Amino acid sequence: MIRKLGITVVLFSASTVIFADAISDMFTQYKAQGVTSIDAKAGQAMWSKEFKNQKTGKMRSCTNCHGNDLTQAGKHVKTGKEIKPMAPSAYNKRLTDVKKIKKWFKRNCKWTVGRECSAQEQADILSYLQKL
Amino acid sequence: MKSLTKIITATGIAGILLTTAIVIADDDRYEKNERHEKGYLGKFFSKKLDVAPVKNALYKEECGSCHFAYQPGLLPARSWTKMMGDLENHFDENAELDKDVQTKLTQYLVKNAADHANYKRSRRIMNSLSKTDSPLRITETPYFIRKHNEIPKRMVKDNPKLGSFSKCAACHTYAEKGSYDDDAVNIPGIGRWDDD
Repeated sequence: MIRKLGITVVLFSASTVIFADAISDMFTQYKAQGVTSIDAKAGQAMWSKEFKNQKTGKMRSCTNCHGNDLTQAGKHVKTGKEIKPMAPSAYNKRLTDVKKIKKWFKRNCKWTVGRECSAQEQADILSYLQKL
Repeated sequence: MKSLTKIITATGIAGILLTTAIVIADDDRYEKNERHEKGYLGKFFSKKLDVAPVKNALYKEECGSCHFAYQPGLLPARSWTKMMGDLENHFDENAELDKDVQTKLTQYLVKNAADHANYKRSRRIMNSLSKTDSPLRITETPYFIRKHNEIPKRMVKDNPKLGSFSKCAACHTYAEKGSYDDDAVNIPGIGRWDDD
């Protein structure tokens, strides 16, 4: 029991450290890729923009799955599975893991936009989400 | 002498209890063709769990964040290999993974696939497939279809609270634990489902 508690404490403090790091890590990487200014408003606009899917002809946007209130849980548009809130203020593990940020940007940009998002777009979106 | 009588009586009672339990456990009257069953005792002991539950944390995280983490024992290895080889087009979704994660998960799925699992539903799913079938959807296996064909469309497909058979845990309240018994079925907006 004590050991379990100990592990939890260690993991918890580790995640707190990662929290501060993951986002700044990402920004450092974006800057290395040529991003000079980051615009949260552009990120917000991109987040709510609708993109026409080539295959289905239907409009897709981030809100399809994540909903309109990012402090609330979203719902996978196809499977109905709950998606934890995107706002770090509502879900403290959000944006705390570089690997996850990259994975979901890759997958979800491809699904929503039909291509990978550029470093600029990702930086903007991340700066928008970060403040929620 | 007395103690010997006690032992014999106790053994007798235990035997009767065990036989009763086996009879109760043997509730799948419609399942013929059980050539690959382990026999009654094996069946009794594997009764509680229909498929091996998912214990792999990586699988739960990577696959279970978008959908129910289907137990590997619900499809044959050849299906999993095929599916994991085309994650970019995963039922019209992009489910790309890093190469190392993809390899690890494929290994886990193949190792625990229905053809390698000694669990009731795994065996029955396998028995319902021909050797060359590699279905990508559990819902398309003949065993699945047979087990769900009495359920009217309005309860699942046309049920606004459900919409599809793919959400195992929406009705099978113990699905995550690996139990798909009809006794634990509770259809959203409809309620309990009784097979009889």
